[in-house]
Amino acid sequence: MNFDDTPQEAEFRATARKWIGANAPKKYEAELSKSSLGRIRLEKEEIVDVGKAWQKKKAEGGWACLHWPKEYGGRGATPIEKVIWQQEEGVYGKLTQPFQIGEGMCGPTVMAFGSEEHKRHYLPKLASGEHIWCQLFSEPAGGSDVAGLRTRAEKKGDNWIINGQKIWTSGAHYSDYGLLITRTDPNVPKHKGLTMFFLDMKSKGVEVRPIKQANGMQEFNEVYFTDVVIPDSQRLGAVGDGWNVSLTTLMNERMSIGSRLATGFPEMFEFCSNLMTEDGLAIDDPATRSKLANWAVKASGLKYTSYRAISSLSKGERPGPENSIGKLVSGTMLQDIATYAMDLEGAAGALTGADEEAASGQFQQMLLSSPSMRIAGGTDEILRNIIAERVLGLPGDIRVDKDVPFNKIPTKGR
Amino acid sequence: MNFDFSDEQKQMRDAARKFLAEKCPPKAVREVLEGRATYDKALWAGLAEMGFLGVAIPEQFGGAGAGHLELCVIAEEMGRALAPVPFSSTVYLAAEALLLAGSDEQKQKWLPKIASGEAIGTLALFEGKGNPSPQAIKLQASGGTLNGVKKPVPDGAIADFAVVAARTGSTGRDADISLFLVDLKAGGVDVRSLTNIDPTHGQAELTFKNCKAEPLAAAGDGWGILTQVLDRAAVLMAFEQVGGSDRALEMGRDYALDRIAFGRPIGSFQAVKHILADMYVSATLARSNCYYGAWALSTNASELPEAAAAARISATQAFQHCSKNNIQVHGGMGFTWEFDCHMYYRRANATAVTLGSLSYWEDQLIDRMRKKNAA
Repeated sequence: MNFDDTPQEAEFRATARKWIGANAPKKYEAELSKSSLGRIRLEKEEIVDVGKAWQKKKAEGGWACLHWPKEYGGRGATPIEKVIWQQEEGVYGKLTQPFQIGEGMCGPTVMAFGSEEHKRHYLPKLASGEHIWCQLFSEPAGGSDVAGLRTRAEKKGDNWIINGQKIWTSGAHYSDYGLLITRTDPNVPKHKGLTMFFLDMKSKGVEVRPIKQANGMQEFNEVYFTDVVIPDSQRLGAVGDGWNVSLTTLMNERMSIGSRLATGFPEMFEFCSNLMTEDGLAIDDPATRSKLANWAVKASGLKYTSYRAISSLSKGERPGPENSIGKLVSGTMLQDIATYAMDLEGAAGALTGADEEAASGQFQQMLLSSPSMRIAGGTDEILRNIIAERVLGLPGDIRVDKDVPFNKIPTKGR
Repeated sequence: MNFDFSDEQKQMRDAARKFLAEKCPPKAVREVLEGRATYDKALWAGLAEMGFLGVAIPEQFGGAGAGHLELCVIAEEMGRALAPVPFSSTVYLAAEALLLAGSDEQKQKWLPKIASGEAIGTLALFEGKGNPSPQAIKLQASGGTLNGVKKPVPDGAIADFAVVAARTGSTGRDADISLFLVDLKAGGVDVRSLTNIDPTHGQAELTFKNCKAEPLAAAGDGWGILTQVLDRAAVLMAFEQVGGSDRALEMGRDYALDRIAFGRPIGSFQAVKHILADMYVSATLARSNCYYGAWALSTNASELPEAAAAARISATQAFQHCSKNNIQVHGGMGFTWEFDCHMYYRRANATAVTLGSLSYWEDQLIDRMRKKNAA
């Protein structure tokens, strides 16, 4: 049991470190180090522009999407090399946020189902950051129940005509391409009538509208499709096989090992170590200490769980299911930590101004943003179902809509 | 990175699991639970024969000389099987104290007997309610004799010797505390068994009356050694707790698959699934914290105090959580004496307070993290 690299891993790490040392945009380092929670923002520049420049440089140096095959813009690196790269990339990894959906979900789906021509054309541009991709899955009527989606695709000659609406699409407003799942046959049960496409987001009839969120920010979009034309050649997988194609996408999402989720614990520990209350330092209060200890062992538990997954990768094994717990644990932790930090500040805890209180408004922001952590990318409840069914082997829930044609499923509860 | 046990260590775990499945089924645990035996003597002898009692004891003292990672995998299996033997008191506490602080002669006297299963050892630390602290130790040592009362002492009624924490000064500092070795069969100690929530592990009150004792380590070093012993025992006990957590989770899962209600397996209801998923989460977090503790223990890393506290907290929480919700998933059957659920519940809540309670370790963890941050 040790934390050491194998000789090959050490050599790879040294190469990566050297390249990053020589090429990383160091002027953003301090700013990037500061922002640890939620969306990354830069003071004077757009994250997308700075990110694109970094991504392009990485692609030129052979470090972009490095676990992809070389012919599609990658490096042919092993999974453990990908993790080592992420560790070395450190804070600059935050600049890759606009490309993560493309790299993690859209790219692998195109790789699995696209034609060779498409793969050679689109994937290197995705890898180099020239094109940003988004994922168009969720709908107002299909969140956790993704297969309940209603966006229609109808065949017309060699084309498909798309009508409908997607929601919660990150980055749709700056994306060049989108991975789109549609309903092509409403007369069969819901999982069987779906088909996957990719499309140019500049296509006529695509309208992107930002969503003003509960935390007051605008990070997601609604995307409306009105008679949008997609050539049949941009179909991924067979007609009616969209559900299976989407599983590839979602599987890749869950495989993202080593991407550590924020828990809020380091910030909270520092806050409590410095906050003076009428009874002394917050960290000297028994109730606070008990809560801190509980969060500490959750944070360290997550950290060492990811180390275990990395160790499996290092041995060339497929990591076990342990990593599925990350978001489930960290989402609730963020919310609990934010609530308690405000409690410690008393009446002033409600203030959000950066210069008002010791915590610089960070816990207030955490409070308002944390509900989304428990919903996006699989709600806490869906994650528990996944753990119960796929890890523990419990039977699936009884699904009353499973064998019913989609257009016969009730759409209202009362 | 290789943050995992080696193949050899995993083989040892498999061997221990197989051995315990055969020699320590729930029926054997019940022999002690229901008072027909004070501990499972045949199992104890078998563990000695397998080399498990002395796995971390150097060969020169009669052990297998393997190491603490090996002891961790054995500990996990002992917890999983609820082995009703004085393993934790003898191996985690007494043997570790001897290894840390014993003279060659003392090690030579007791460690081979521990490895061979001839001697049961324990640590006599507590004196009634409360957590480990030098102030709580009142038992007096002077002129090589001890006077005072220790309780609860784990496995105290069946132990052959004890490491005893005693007061040798009154300056109010840690240096007031010294350790002694006492041969419990040599007279001078009254032993009274105490009832406790987990009868598969006995607890006792030891009354020392002008009892002869030999010093373990230098006078005044007691508290420092105790702190180290408790840290080491915390990691090992945490592995037992993780073993128990996993077994409780499995029992709940198996029952949820088997039991039909409302015309379907209860494991198909989300209300039940989510209970089990949360049990998996806490067991997984605990296991990962324990692996870090194992690494720190086996390398004697400076991170051990923090790692031990984290492993102890996480594993205590996981075992309590998994054992109580195992009963919940079983419903009414889980509350019968006949089903084994309560044995895990009892063990989980008894081990939660031995070595110091959850709140004690929470406090320790925060202190240690602050110390590290300040450094």
